[in-house]
Amino acid sequence: MSEMNEKLVFDRPKAVIDRPTHYCPGCHHGVAHRLVGELLEELGVFEDTILVSSIGCSVFLYNYLNVDAVEAPHGRAPAVATGVKAARKDNFVFAYQGDGDLASIGMAEILHAANRGEKISVVFVNNTVYGMTGGQMAPTTLIGQRTTTCPSGRCLEHEGAPIRMTEIIAGLGGTAFAARGSLDNVKNIRQAKKYMRKAFECQTQNKGFGFVELLSACPTNWKMTPVQANERIQTEMIPYFPLGVYKDTDEGGAC
Amino acid sequence: MSKTVRIFVKGNEAVSRGALAAKCRCFFGYPITPQNEIPEFMSSEMPKAGGEFVQAESEVAAANMLLGAGACGVRAMTSSSSPGVSLKQEAISYMAGSEIPAVIVNMNRGGPGLGDIGPAQGDYYQSTRGGGHGDYRLLVLAPSTGQEAYDMTIQAFDLAFKYRNPVMVLGDAILGQMKEPITPWIPENIESEGGEDWRLDGANGREKRLIKSLFLEEGALAGQNQKLQAKYDAMKEMADAELFDTEDAELVVCAYGSIGRIAKSAVRKLRKEGKKVGLFRPKTLYPFPEKPLLKLAKEGKRFLTVEHNLGQMVDDVRLAIRTVADSDFFPIYPGNLPTPDDFEEPILKSLEGK
Repeated sequence: MSEMNEKLVFDRPKAVIDRPTHYCPGCHHGVAHRLVGELLEELGVFEDTILVSSIGCSVFLYNYLNVDAVEAPHGRAPAVATGVKAARKDNFVFAYQGDGDLASIGMAEILHAANRGEKISVVFVNNTVYGMTGGQMAPTTLIGQRTTTCPSGRCLEHEGAPIRMTEIIAGLGGTAFAARGSLDNVKNIRQAKKYMRKAFECQTQNKGFGFVELLSACPTNWKMTPVQANERIQTEMIPYFPLGVYKDTDEGGAC
Repeated sequence: MSKTVRIFVKGNEAVSRGALAAKCRCFFGYPITPQNEIPEFMSSEMPKAGGEFVQAESEVAAANMLLGAGACGVRAMTSSSSPGVSLKQEAISYMAGSEIPAVIVNMNRGGPGLGDIGPAQGDYYQSTRGGGHGDYRLLVLAPSTGQEAYDMTIQAFDLAFKYRNPVMVLGDAILGQMKEPITPWIPENIESEGGEDWRLDGANGREKRLIKSLFLEEGALAGQNQKLQAKYDAMKEMADAELFDTEDAELVVCAYGSIGRIAKSAVRKLRKEGKKVGLFRPKTLYPFPEKPLLKLAKEGKRFLTVEHNLGQMVDDVRLAIRTVADSDFFPIYPGNLPTPDDFEEPILKSLEGK
């Protein structure tokens, strides 16, 4: 019998803890967590990282990453991260927020942290619903999308239009990098990681505020299979939330 | 402690200088009258001390920045006045729940609502009963002079780290805006950071740390509340009060902060007229100094509580002495500014048992 000659080609990043997540089947938080973990390790910052977790499904991110963490009140993660960075200039500080947290109750905090040019990084997971509380309408819920608080579908006249956060963040003076990626397929995941790397490097290179939005699936609250949910990102979300870099001070502004 | 020269400053500046002397290294502010001199002073002086000043987008954000800096074990502070302190309650509850040390200054103004920008004591309940959601307590210090504003701000940082709990310095528009001489001093043997065994500074060569107030596991929240209660009980050893001319007094006036100081003037004047009156002035509002007050009650004295509100601390006075005595109450309505003369008639009425 010939000797086994195996080569390890895929492993768990050191920054990610080896444990099952509490997320639903087909949820993209696990993918986003892994990208964060890979980058913290690749950038050599994970032992210096302080995570600010937010309210929503991802509050438990601190259970999955091997880093120091503090739990922020709903929407306030960018303010808490501002305070952490004020106290710990040499540490890598990032917040991870969902769309209800960041684009609704936390709108003031995210805009002002970006505008001040805080040297922090924000990962924004947009799945167009409040996931943890059971699928209520979010500021990013698409027109016509049914949720538990807009059972007939979101109506432009009554509930307003879904908010495109990356475009708004890109317009602020302190933002060094803002981009929108998607986690629905391998190609997009690889691109999203590149965006996240640039957003994180804004902090490690002391350039300013770095922001990356990730279009993500919530099959449970969309009442879809994981495959259908991935298709919805392509057919409904990306047309309204176009992917790409909206601001990169390295490239002289928006593209 | 090394004494230095006397300086002539507003209470707001005394608080600011006290904070810097205590090695506060992060300040998060937002404009609101009558505390504006604190963020103004900090904006120029904090950077010179090597610290960080941030003017936040709101009181909500300022208090959450405080939460972040406090979680790193760095001495940090925010200041505001009543309507702004209401907005800070969210983060204060989280800081209490996740045991983050921090100092919050409230220069109490008239309320409810927008009220006015003059002095008042309407935030006593909010300060001593927690203020935000959930069951928790802040340590509450109540300075009545510029010097106490300086001293108690220094003390506030020590207590915040001793108990790993938010501490409030509760003044009012009189204290914040009045100029008087103080003698600054620099405390010895203090560091700008504490909490070596819990603060966040990166899991480099050690286990990761987590600072949180969410406890979902079976029994976990009850355990946390039990732990907090034990801490609040332990704080009771810090209870402190000024007793002025109480030994032979027949009537003891209970008042705190600026009103305590004004009442002291009235007591002094009435003493000169031979009236047997004294003053009990709590310096800590939580924990309330109930033991020395009960001792006075057991000596057979009568009580009059005077406050710049509709009657809040009087509840704590009555609770402290409930087994042997009761307290009269005289309110100064927020919006009015009292003088010592205003207190004479109610003091004499209570002294005569009318």
